[in-house]
Amino acid sequence: MNIVVCLKQVPGTTEVKIDPNTNTLIRQGIENIINPFDTYALEEAVRLKEKHGGKVTVITMGPPQADAALREAISLGADEAVLLSDRAFAGADTWATANTLAKAIFKLGKTDLIICGRQTIDGDTGQVGPEMAEMLNIPFVAYVSKIEEIKENYLRVSRMVEDGHEVIETNLPAVITVAKEINVPRLPSLRGIMKSKSAGIATWGIKELGVDANAVGLAGSSTQVIKFFFPQRVSKAEVLTGDAAAQVDKLIDKLKEANLI
Amino acid sequence: MDYFLTEQQKTIKALARRIAEERILPVRAELDEKEEFPWDIVKELAAADMFRVFVPEQYDGLGGGCLDLCLVTEELSRICSGVAVTYAASALGCMTLMEYGTEEQKRRFLPDIAAGKKLGAFAITEPTAGSDASNIKTTAEKVAGGYLLNGTKQFITNGGEAEIYTVIALTDKTKGARGASAIIVEKGTEGFTFGKKEKKMGIRTSATRELVFRNCLVPEENLLGKPGLGFVQAMRLFDKSRPGIGAQAVGLAQGALEAATDYAQERVQFDQPLITLPVVQQMLAEMAIQTEAARALVYAAARYVDSGAKDVTESSATAKVFASDAAMKVTIEAVQICGGAGYMRDYPVEKMMRDAKILQIYEGTNQILRNAIAVNLRKRKARTA
Repeated sequence: MNIVVCLKQVPGTTEVKIDPNTNTLIRQGIENIINPFDTYALEEAVRLKEKHGGKVTVITMGPPQADAALREAISLGADEAVLLSDRAFAGADTWATANTLAKAIFKLGKTDLIICGRQTIDGDTGQVGPEMAEMLNIPFVAYVSKIEEIKENYLRVSRMVEDGHEVIETNLPAVITVAKEINVPRLPSLRGIMKSKSAGIATWGIKELGVDANAVGLAGSSTQVIKFFFPQRVSKAEVLTGDAAAQVDKLIDKLKEANLI
Repeated sequence: MDYFLTEQQKTIKALARRIAEERILPVRAELDEKEEFPWDIVKELAAADMFRVFVPEQYDGLGGGCLDLCLVTEELSRICSGVAVTYAASALGCMTLMEYGTEEQKRRFLPDIAAGKKLGAFAITEPTAGSDASNIKTTAEKVAGGYLLNGTKQFITNGGEAEIYTVIALTDKTKGARGASAIIVEKGTEGFTFGKKEKKMGIRTSATRELVFRNCLVPEENLLGKPGLGFVQAMRLFDKSRPGIGAQAVGLAQGALEAATDYAQERVQFDQPLITLPVVQQMLAEMAIQTEAARALVYAAARYVDSGAKDVTESSATAKVFASDAAMKVTIEAVQICGGAGYMRDYPVEKMMRDAKILQIYEGTNQILRNAIAVNLRKRKARTA
């Protein structure tokens, strides 16, 4: 079974700061980590490989330093890794990202299952997985919390919905995104870390993927971030005075005024 | 302080720390309270290749030495000394095999130890033989087809849980210590059972148990090295393993120092954090000095073992004594700084203080080891006289 895991390197903090001039993340001084949701995707892929054989290939699109995320994935059980890195990829929105990843998966050849995390902790869109499935023209299931059965051309999963679980059957290949309920990711092993340090990682750019520079990155993005801003928190407090009865009257008036009662 | 560890050693230490913080910390109080053997943690350590660290590469290990073993032990002990000794005791259980075993014996036992599928244990102590280790009574009588073991071993770390036991027994009881031999006994061998499981002051997650041999027939090929050398082998083993106890002490002291510092920073009395009080600063500084000095000594002793030096008795004993005394002092002070809270089981330092005491006792009491150091001083004087 050939499994592909798509992962993203993200800042290891939830307090992301935005450069007000460029509207991009300030990455300096922040340690990068594998997007936590993607670690569940990787763990599930490695478990499937351990049970059914085959190999796990991890791919990521990012700057050259995203190599570290791929090496970490190898230390956690991935067999092969591909880094999609090219200046032309920069500034991609989810569509352009999905397009680039889909091209890479197509290039990888026979793939049975593609697993992604449910969303990233920096972009938070959760769009890349489903968009990729559309581009590859294969089935998609989101929020998978359990893989119930997998065999040649067949997958049955349980996925989380608002008020319960849905069991879904589908053909393979397919794309799934996983929820953190699916497993507890392992820690790396010493042998894995040593292997990851010397592992050869392929880097593919637009040439290797055979894509037009206008179909990827900022140029290939149909959306653009115009502005980042934090919602302003306005809190107004008013202290009512007078004796208790007067305060209650005033309070009722205020609540009526605000259409709350 | 930079101890100039190799890249591999840094990797080993960092991963051991991660396992300790992410997997051991959440369960350490429960493990201590329930006195439960930490099998889940052992499996985590095995999956992370920690048991490969001390095994040679040709037997599926990573070929690390005494220092590598110390680094893992220290990091585990920083969070839970009971888990640390469980890990280190598996190494202790196969070090005699690694040193004196035949190629066939090593192939038979070491890969499973390296994979963490099986734990090791070492058994010399008996009811009559503690510090007086040569006074063992367990016999291994040569009979057709092997050795027939009879006797009881006491206070055996990993007893009952380990699969592979290195047992020191008398193959010739007329010769006393010179008649002792090291023999591997596998769990499940007929006539080999487990007696009393001890209830301890500290390191309570670790298993400490009696081994009982009643006409237990062990095949001849389980004898390690030559018969009659068992006592010497055991003494040489401890010379090499004592830095590991020192490392356990360093980790424990480090954990206590950190816990006390955190508490002193958070706890406000007389409108100020405790850490702003000069008396508390003096105490914490002294704890830090003791801990770092112990670490430097332990790493130096471990490196001396790894250099292949023969005369490691004194350096290993020195490191073990100093570090274990330091751990005792530091943990007592940590409880003192944490005050009433420190005495309560909701805080980790009372466990650390209980865990520290054994370090001054096992693998040679600090008094016995000071004797050994003094003997060396006299020998040196005699040589120069």
